[in-house]
Amino acid sequence: MKKSYIILIVIVAVILCIFFWFKGTYNNMVNTRENVAAQWSNVENQYQRRLDLIPNLVSTVKGYAAHEENTLTEVINARAKATQMQISIDQLDETTLKKLNNVQSELSSALSRLMAISENYPNLKANQNFLDLQAQLEGTENRIAVERRKFNDVARNYNSYIRQFPRNILAGMFGFTPKPYFEANAGAENAPKVEF
Amino acid sequence: MKILTLFLLLFTFSFSGIAGEFPEPMKPARLVNDFTNLFTPQQNNALERKLKSFNDTSSTQIAIATVPSIYGYDPNDYAQRLAEKWGIGQRGKDNGILLLVKPKSQHEKGQVAIAVGYGLEGVIPDAIASRIIRNEIIPQFQQGNYYTGIVKATNVLMKLSAGEFTAEQYAGKKKPDSGIWLFIPFLIVFIIPFFIRKRKGYTTGSHGNDGFPPIFFGGFGSSRGSSFGSFHSGGGSFGGFGGGGFGGGGASGSW
Repeated sequence: MKKSYIILIVIVAVILCIFFWFKGTYNNMVNTRENVAAQWSNVENQYQRRLDLIPNLVSTVKGYAAHEENTLTEVINARAKATQMQISIDQLDETTLKKLNNVQSELSSALSRLMAISENYPNLKANQNFLDLQAQLEGTENRIAVERRKFNDVARNYNSYIRQFPRNILAGMFGFTPKPYFEANAGAENAPKVEF
Repeated sequence: MKILTLFLLLFTFSFSGIAGEFPEPMKPARLVNDFTNLFTPQQNNALERKLKSFNDTSSTQIAIATVPSIYGYDPNDYAQRLAEKWGIGQRGKDNGILLLVKPKSQHEKGQVAIAVGYGLEGVIPDAIASRIIRNEIIPQFQQGNYYTGIVKATNVLMKLSAGEFTAEQYAGKKKPDSGIWLFIPFLIVFIIPFFIRKRKGYTTGSHGNDGFPPIFFGGFGSSRGSSFGSFHSGGGSFGGFGGGGFGGGGASGSW
């Protein structure tokens, strides 16, 4: 009689331990995934902010450099492509992120060509409105870089959490998949220059 | 000796890698971190006092850093990372500003960047930060007047973040009178004491280190009233950065 009590207590204790471990781990995984999702929407917001700037920018440049039609059309087309490219956090994996990166970097290079031709138009360069838009565009590019970096940080945090044993078993059971990273952008891989 | 320390510094930097690219803030904590000795000690102290009294009254931290190199980073990016690392501004309010200067050298262009904390992006949008650089800073820096450029920029930044005038008012005001109104404090500070002193008729150099009237070191512009009190006492030292966050707001320029 006494022995079976002890066995029962041990079994209950073990079950409780497992339950609490499950509960803690599962909730932590949910929380870190939520962080990743929140940071992903920050990234998307900044991309959206850049898209919102472009119509104004294009129309300002058009006023001064109307015959640079090729460059302007490229920007408009690249923007249209980028607008269609919306990825929710659930769809986010290596392939979709790569697609997004391609579309966005196409837009980036179209924009930098547009900014480069503005060098040839002194009137455009002296236009306060254009200078403000240029500053806003640069600021947005910065914000994109910052949010991408922060995304990588939270994604790394989440990935290493769900990949560790024995949490990986639980992650596999409940469909917590690892999230991809942004590649380092051009500025970050520059080797440090030493000047004398 | 100087060369030796420089060599040692470079030596340690090359081993500490990424950490060496972004210097630690000075100890004891200061708002003006002049790593390149761009300012005279008097200018440095005057700036520090002015920014510290602004920090004391508004909790907004405007920090200045002059660095020898930005190690191939985009100036905005560098300012951003440095500001984030130092945690300029208060945690939660994210009300920090970093004004970064890499002075012009024989081989390289000068770079300047303003990083604006999350919490101030509304009152100092990128376009305005850019205008401050174009209108207040670059024209002075081109003539080598680093101090004047910084003073002008911090005056505008303080007024914007204190809500004394809005970004629209600043943007609107700039075009017609091209900064004459900013010159008025200079008139008050330089010319008037000069006349007063002349009338009294004593010899120059009896007080004030560079022949500057002592009022100069009390700071000017909006903070003049409060810094008067702290001029003699020093007003205590700056307590340190508060862990404010940055999201990429701001602008940069070069000359």
